[in-house]
Amino acid sequence: MATLTLPVKEQQKVLAQEALITGSEAIAVACKLANVDVVTAYPIRPYDTVMQYMSQLVADGELDCEFIVADSENSQFEIVKHASVCGARVFCGSSGIGWMYAMEVLTVTPSLRVPMVALVGNRALDDPGAFGVEHNDALAVRDLGWNLVWVDTAQEALDTALICYRFAEDRRIFVPVAISCDGAFLTHSQSLVKLPAAEQVKKFLPKYNRGELLVHPDNVISVAPQCNEDWVMEVRRQNYAVTERACDVLREVYAEFESIFGRKYGNPFFEEYRTEDAEIVLFGMGTLSTPAKVTIDKLREQGKKVGLVRLRWFRPFAGAEIAKALERFRAIAVLDRDLSLGSPDLSGVVATELRSALYTNAKTRPPVLDFLCGLGGREVTVPDVEKIVEITFEAAAGKPQPLTQWIGLRG
Amino acid sequence: MSTFVETEPTQELEPFKGVKKVPYEEYFTSGHRTCEGCESAQFLRLVAKAAGPRTIVVGATSCMYVANTSYYSTVWGLPWIHTQLGAGGSSALGTAAALRALMRKGEMKKEPINVIAFCGDGGGADMGLSAISATLTHPDYNLLIVLYDNEEYGNTGIQVSSTSPYGVNTTFSTPGKVKRIMHNRWKKNVAGLMLAGHPTCKYVGTVIPSYALQTMNCVRRALSIGGPTFIHCLNPCPKGWDFDPMLAYEIGHLAVNTGIWPLYEVEKGELKLYGKTREIAEGRFKRLPVADYLLKQGRFAHFTNEDVEFFQSQVDDMWNNWLIPGVIPLRKQAASTAPAA
Repeated sequence: MATLTLPVKEQQKVLAQEALITGSEAIAVACKLANVDVVTAYPIRPYDTVMQYMSQLVADGELDCEFIVADSENSQFEIVKHASVCGARVFCGSSGIGWMYAMEVLTVTPSLRVPMVALVGNRALDDPGAFGVEHNDALAVRDLGWNLVWVDTAQEALDTALICYRFAEDRRIFVPVAISCDGAFLTHSQSLVKLPAAEQVKKFLPKYNRGELLVHPDNVISVAPQCNEDWVMEVRRQNYAVTERACDVLREVYAEFESIFGRKYGNPFFEEYRTEDAEIVLFGMGTLSTPAKVTIDKLREQGKKVGLVRLRWFRPFAGAEIAKALERFRAIAVLDRDLSLGSPDLSGVVATELRSALYTNAKTRPPVLDFLCGLGGREVTVPDVEKIVEITFEAAAGKPQPLTQWIGLRG
Repeated sequence: MSTFVETEPTQELEPFKGVKKVPYEEYFTSGHRTCEGCESAQFLRLVAKAAGPRTIVVGATSCMYVANTSYYSTVWGLPWIHTQLGAGGSSALGTAAALRALMRKGEMKKEPINVIAFCGDGGGADMGLSAISATLTHPDYNLLIVLYDNEEYGNTGIQVSSTSPYGVNTTFSTPGKVKRIMHNRWKKNVAGLMLAGHPTCKYVGTVIPSYALQTMNCVRRALSIGGPTFIHCLNPCPKGWDFDPMLAYEIGHLAVNTGIWPLYEVEKGELKLYGKTREIAEGRFKRLPVADYLLKQGRFAHFTNEDVEFFQSQVDDMWNNWLIPGVIPLRKQAASTAPAA
């Protein structure tokens, strides 16, 4: 949980206002504070409320930027990609199948070193049609060089959006980042958010500077020629080098954020909730944290020692830190709000990645059970979490449990 | 009250008053691996020369991407960046939007910078049609989209596109024992589509490198007029069309002189035919038979007399019955002299 560490006078300077806003609006506020230059919109639920807020900000003169409604998500992301290489700070976003329509562009932005920030309002992939949350949309780019972060409150959304600009535009990184907000549960639900002052944001975010990569008549370069087997591997190695630095840069950025805004997120990669003396933990991303925390509080009163580790940054995946934090528990329950059909043990994406990180980093081998839940926007309920905890305690007690289970399924 | 809005200032590029007045500087120079006789390369050379150094070029995937810009080499003496196959229209818009925002916010020195995106017929008439169309609806971003049309997907080894001529032999439309004509679609009228569908677009034109001076001047007019603009160029392709490279220039003239490729400009809604097209329309030049053009190209070698006649009839129909020949296919309200049915 974020806590304030500045003296009161500083706090008052930093916390200019408070507002009751949704996750989407929080992102819009962050873009305004970041003084973005070019924004492209295309309608698809549930991310697109952010663009409705952006439109109003521009129309009311609160943000000076080009606001373009594109003819498709593919065009939407192409427009900001090219605006970015010409030096504009950009913002974009999509959900579900719309994000997939932009896939061609999403694929090339990392190697083109386009530090765009995109909101993914996580949404189940059609077909069948569904507006509700699943994580497979954002996860689809996980191998391509995008950085990926999940937030679970409007406050975290606003703060993390600013962090994303600072992180992405750092020349040691300079690749795109997607900030994921669970569709409906975060995009459309309101909570009280402390809005940082513009001067603080200016201190935190230096100007976007492409340096010698800028496309402009004063800099006659040719960008992204055909390379083939002669040079593609070396270009990939450059993107790989970014991933080698990413965790360290992220730590730096969060430390900077804390020193300027006073809000402390602790370790950037994950949040820990009541894990100090936990025997088992839940592990997942996004607004699963709400039913998880409510259930944890309830079970704690019954004496059950359970905690939550909520993963924020999926890319970079801080395997060593995560393993160090999790290896001491007697069992781990992963809540996967996604599928990875045909995967090892038929587990979801998060469980598969976690097991891989534990295998190479952890000194112990606690059982890691995967629970596929909340797909298509279905609520993960307190009884669901209670069931998960019960099964996981069985595993902790040495009684083997299935590696992957479905929770909350009909019948 | 005009439908055309004022835009930010563009460069004032006066037309070249003759071949001898064309500057020597090349902004598309050696370093490419295009085929001998490639008219698409010739076209881009003319575009770059016409635009001058204060220009940003975006190039969609196509022959003119791979052949011109394979690392280590590049032809461009202008800042150039690759974009995806269907992104000619959207990339131009993004570039123009960035320049406008940054100049307005004082982050970039204010000056009119040409924004030119090129795409082939595959990227423009097929995959990227929607993006080009959307971009042309924006009234006040200064940019030029050029579609270089070699009537095929050339970079992938010659396959049909929406602008490929009826009956053409390509690797996806191979004449065979049972089917001689695999491609029975008529060439899409892209320029007509663009000029008819976007009433606030100030400039749409068709060009061909055989008319080099006029091509450069069309580009200069498009860059000077303000707002988003579109030029469609026909580019004879020795490899895809199967003719001796030294005939490229002549084949271009035949395309015009048979009436198959009309040359015109539409500036703020006013249509102007030019070159031999104008002489054809005014009755001062008789269209050459399409056979003169078709049978010089190996890609039509499988054509029978019926195929040539059909092709001729379509071109005749265009010139005799269209409301605006070569531009708008709506039928003229003809006073019929035929007997009642």
